[in-house]
Amino acid sequence: MESFRFCFLMLTIAILASPALSDLVLSKVDRRRPYVLQIYLTSHIVRISSTVKVENAGPEKESLVLLAFPEQQAKNMAYLMAAPHEGKGKVKNPVVALPVKAANPKDMPAALTFYSVSLPQGLAEGDSFTFDVLAVFTHALRPIPEQITQADIQLVLYQDSAHYLSPYAVKVQSLSVKLPDSRIESYTKLENTKIHGSEIKYGPYENLPSFSYSPIAVHFESNLPFAVAQELVREIEISHWGNVQVTEHYKLIHGGAQSKGEFSRLDFLARPIVRGASAFRYLVANLPPRAHSVYYRDEIGNISTSHLRGDSKKTELLIEPRYPMFGGWRTAFTIGYGLPLQDFLYESDGKRFLNITFSSPMVELVIDALIVKVVLPEGSSDISVAAPFPVEQWQETKISHLDIDGRPVVVLKKTNVVPEHNQFFQVYYHFSQLSMLREPLMLISGFFFFFVACIVYMHADISISKSSASYLAKRQWEEVQAVVQQVQNIISRCLTIHDNLEASLRDLSRTGNIQACKAARKAADGLLKELSKELKPLLTFLQSSPSAAQVEELVAKERELQEKVMVKHSTVVDGYEKKLGARDIENRVALQQQKLTALRQEVDDLLEFIDEI
Amino acid sequence: MAAPETSTAAVQTLYTNNTLRNAFGGVLSFFILLLIGVMAFSIRLFSVIKYESVIHEFDPYFNYRVTQFLAKNGIYEFWNWFDDRTWYPLGRVIGGTVYPGLTLTAGTIWWLLNSLNIPLSVETVCVFTAPIFSAFASWATYLLTKEVKGTGAGLTAAALLAMVPSYISRSVAGSYDNEAVAIFALIFTFYLYIKTLNTGTLFYATLNSIAYFYMVCSWGGYTFIINLIPMHVLLCIVTGRFSSRLYIAYAPLVVLGTLLAALVPVVGFNAVMTSEHFASFLVFIIIHVVAFVYYIKGILSPKMFKVAVTLVVSVGLAVCCAVIAVLIALVASSPTKGWSGRSLSLLDPTYASKYIPIIASVSEHQPPTWPSYFMDINVLAFLVPAGIIACFLPLSDASSFVVLYIATSVYFSGVMVRLMLVLAPAACITSGIALSQAFDVFTGSIKFQLTGASSNTEVDAAETSSSTAESQTDAVKTEKPEETAKNRPSRKSKKKEREHGEKPSTKAKAEKKRLLALPLESSVISLLLLVLLGAFYVVHCVWAAAEAYSAPSIVLTSHSHDGLHVFDDFREAYAWLRHNTDVDDKVASWWDYGYQTTAMANRTVIVDNNTWNNTHIATVGTAMSSPERAAWEIFHSLDVKYVLVVFGGLVGYPSDDINKFLWMVRIGGGVFPHIKEPDYLRDGQYRIDSQATPTMLNCLMYKLSYYRFVETDGKGFDRVRQTEIGKKYFKLTHFEEAFTTHHWMVRIYKLKPPKNRIRGKTKKSKSKTSSTTSSPKRSGTKKKNPWQ
Repeated sequence: MESFRFCFLMLTIAILASPALSDLVLSKVDRRRPYVLQIYLTSHIVRISSTVKVENAGPEKESLVLLAFPEQQAKNMAYLMAAPHEGKGKVKNPVVALPVKAANPKDMPAALTFYSVSLPQGLAEGDSFTFDVLAVFTHALRPIPEQITQADIQLVLYQDSAHYLSPYAVKVQSLSVKLPDSRIESYTKLENTKIHGSEIKYGPYENLPSFSYSPIAVHFESNLPFAVAQELVREIEISHWGNVQVTEHYKLIHGGAQSKGEFSRLDFLARPIVRGASAFRYLVANLPPRAHSVYYRDEIGNISTSHLRGDSKKTELLIEPRYPMFGGWRTAFTIGYGLPLQDFLYESDGKRFLNITFSSPMVELVIDALIVKVVLPEGSSDISVAAPFPVEQWQETKISHLDIDGRPVVVLKKTNVVPEHNQFFQVYYHFSQLSMLREPLMLISGFFFFFVACIVYMHADISISKSSASYLAKRQWEEVQAVVQQVQNIISRCLTIHDNLEASLRDLSRTGNIQACKAARKAADGLLKELSKELKPLLTFLQSSPSAAQVEELVAKERELQEKVMVKHSTVVDGYEKKLGARDIENRVALQQQKLTALRQEVDDLLEFIDEI
Repeated sequence: MAAPETSTAAVQTLYTNNTLRNAFGGVLSFFILLLIGVMAFSIRLFSVIKYESVIHEFDPYFNYRVTQFLAKNGIYEFWNWFDDRTWYPLGRVIGGTVYPGLTLTAGTIWWLLNSLNIPLSVETVCVFTAPIFSAFASWATYLLTKEVKGTGAGLTAAALLAMVPSYISRSVAGSYDNEAVAIFALIFTFYLYIKTLNTGTLFYATLNSIAYFYMVCSWGGYTFIINLIPMHVLLCIVTGRFSSRLYIAYAPLVVLGTLLAALVPVVGFNAVMTSEHFASFLVFIIIHVVAFVYYIKGILSPKMFKVAVTLVVSVGLAVCCAVIAVLIALVASSPTKGWSGRSLSLLDPTYASKYIPIIASVSEHQPPTWPSYFMDINVLAFLVPAGIIACFLPLSDASSFVVLYIATSVYFSGVMVRLMLVLAPAACITSGIALSQAFDVFTGSIKFQLTGASSNTEVDAAETSSSTAESQTDAVKTEKPEETAKNRPSRKSKKKEREHGEKPSTKAKAEKKRLLALPLESSVISLLLLVLLGAFYVVHCVWAAAEAYSAPSIVLTSHSHDGLHVFDDFREAYAWLRHNTDVDDKVASWWDYGYQTTAMANRTVIVDNNTWNNTHIATVGTAMSSPERAAWEIFHSLDVKYVLVVFGGLVGYPSDDINKFLWMVRIGGGVFPHIKEPDYLRDGQYRIDSQATPTMLNCLMYKLSYYRFVETDGKGFDRVRQTEIGKKYFKLTHFEEAFTTHHWMVRIYKLKPPKNRIRGKTKKSKSKTSSTTSSPKRSGTKKKNPWQ
């Protein structure tokens, strides 16, 4: 602490020794309305908004106004913006911002960092101009004590100057410091110091010389979430099939006072406000409207503690880390969501451009290092980026689903990011609509060739050797199979003929038409002869095959059966011709009939057996 | 003249019809198989839908971690991986002590997908490996059963296996365990064995060895294969079914399979050294002797053969006796008789509980109860006997194998719950056979009865010409010879095999069928009952998959009147460890949580689920059952920074450390005799209420579990044990609470640093020695700290 103060003291001296830069006079620097410097300490992001009325007291025309920040602050500065003052109200991202550049004027103390604001038109002598400056600082609050137990409240210290540090003389100036809570441990008391609940007012001070500096320190309670993302990788992937997929990988730390000693869940659950005041339990992300497929997980799986509420204006995602975040505790997680493409992708003069916010949707989150990767569809070209503030930028390639040469990735990197950076940026690129069909066509052709290959394989004979024993054996076996099949067919046809003969006999017994029966017999004879003729070459072919014995047996049995059927037929027909009684005929045939059935049985069995081969 | 012509034409069309029908049947069964695969995959997705795509339980986390390593570092690094994150300070050579099959499979799938530019994460691949392989397993079952009993039985068995609860329990999405892949490998190896046995080609024999190699890579259960197949070969030889096909099926498997198995580092020379493999070598010798005898028999005349037999038998017996004596002596000289503990506990179910508490402490190594059979294989338990009978009609080489498989697996499943998994495929195969046979009989008789009743109404277009003739001949030959009834069964089964290839001569079959045919009503009713049984099975399986076996066990849910409660405490604790402790901090916990801690928290653990070093586990057990001071010293000597205990008393989570505590005492006491189990029991009862022994109330586990527990409700009511705790108000002197999860299920304590503690402690312990009956003991246990 002491050394810190001393440092500031040195600084003050240094500033006082330096000469005035120009004859500009800050007629009124107000930290309170209408011309006030206001310091918002209501979150862990420090915001200093000041309204400056600048007046040219010298003869020369001036168009540049220098803003000075001590090195200590400049190091932590995340965002600086100046805009013409528009009556009442705070600075609200006005449309026309004044250009702000880092400046390095000569003969200025080295311990200060300067930025120059270019005024819209030069100020002639006596002219004045009013503008607002918003400066945002991160890591500017220092927890004192640095380590607290679970039961302690978190106290932080903020240091600044009560006087407006400027290379110009200041006519009137006042300062107000807004705190989150009225509980203040201590604060520097100067003349004209007032305290209004959670607001401390310094000033007004009049006619301050240039570089006047009066250190103040405010030590107060702040139990707001000190959420700091040490690294955030945002991947925005565009699919022209209608989706913008955003994936955000957070590495989060509680940036407040380190927790020490035991963590008792009991105390935390029983009295969460007293025991565990410094911890934060949830974060809120304001996603764009119509965000869908939201997920929240880490490397070991889904995290079930989250809530999603949505309306037409925005989608609010409330996430709880796996455990309450105490000072110094870390966690890492990923959230992802899909957005409708038409809300973010536009076309202008032949080029498409993506218009999407740069930073994290989390509320009041400080990001130490933000990497935004915009993955464009495969085949995009002429890529350019328009960002509202300077960023580091390079290109990569990402190979994803079914890519051949990868998707171009624009990588933007920025350190020290605050919610004020959550502005829209644009990525312009060329993309032909036909490239969209690339992957489906690839899949279709892939499957097509696969099936064609299958068909070719099934139909082509790809044996290595046409003369190898096994191949020949296989071919032979196939032939034998075919022949056996034919034999079986013939035999079964024979059997059908036998059945027809039997049928004709039955007709005979019913009608007594001997002639018809004889005709049937004749036809059957002819057919059977034909069939036996057909059978001969097949049998000779089969002679050498292993199943020849069975087939021959089958044929022999069939012959026998054939003969028996014929004999029976002729006996019956004879009987009718001789006009014997039906019973006589049956008696005569009975024996034959028995043999017939037995034979038929055997033939059937053989057929079945052969069939199994 | 017209009639014969039409009949020949009809035969022709019938012939083409048959080929068409065969082709149609082929396409149909292809699509059925495809659907079975889809079902097998999708029924296992309940866990992803109901919970999330996450790795389950304990062992899968280790496999997942190994796969991550493999994916990141490649195969060579993997073989040489010495893991210093576990078994601190010993470490573990992962490459040499793990069955690499599963890891390599998932790693290959991941690599393949990534080289096709499909960037799936390793986790996704691991989660879905098991369902994919279940689909493969059901296809393998189809192939196996088809080899045994034909396509119908194959399809039925595949459908049954696709959803058998026992297998689902080990292969839901996320259950990334060896068994998921191993069951497929097991069935496929059996299929290739049967295929070789049926065809006798060396091609399949080689494939069989490779499948066996894959099985050896995947699971320690490969010993089941290498014992079952020799048993079957022996059975075939004894029952006189020796053939050259049998020789080809077996000999290459032993030679190639053993060589390949020895390539797996974790098996290595065990493939020839341990007793589990001796049966295969013995049968290998026997089959050669038998083959030789058959060869000689073929050469010599019967007389000469007899002479030769007497000669050889007399000489051979002497030699065999000598060899066997040497073998027995060799085996007997090793302490465990050359058997590993787990195998021994298979042969002697009481072995583990007597000698190895670590094996006995695992719930899945306990014998199953009857309800668990019903839970795990459900109606299959009733169908199995019918299937076995069907296997005997007729008995072939293949069906005798199935009978042997089911018989042995029933025995093994009776010894260990875990081996229920081996029973499941066997039960599915036999039940599939039974079901399909029954359907054949019933549908056959219905068909017959219908066609018989109204001959002309229901006939195929092709049969019209001959059907009238047929029915008339039927009428003539009413008296069918009864003799054929004898060989009815065999014929019936033959017919089964070619249900699709219906022959033109249906008449004779119809005759036979008439004899087999059941009355129409009874067959319709039986058919309905069978369908009902199947439906019951399906309902049960879906229920089991959805409710019983889908919980990932790291995320718990409970339904209460105000909705679903999610208990995600384990991951909360692991995430806390991962992000808020130093990378090299050592975390001590009971071994159950070792794998999860290394995988999810990425912190070094003292012991884990690979229980290879009993002494080390006993040390942790001793520390947990010692008083605070002694425990602190043990942990401190092990360089432990955090101690993690699982405590279910607040929300009623029953499998917490207090319930496992007796095993810690037993295992600890097995190595360090000053820990005595009776000290923790009051009259033989394990209790933590006011009746508990002082040793129990002062041990570290009790203190870490119940530290400040009484302040939650003022009484200290433990909702798992349903009692108030014995010692309610106490302070920790050597440990401090570092983190407790939302539902208190995981409590992490930090060891206090030594210097401050010793000074503060001597003062403090004097001031608050109200209950220090254990203080003299402390000095006693201190000396016995094995790490000092």
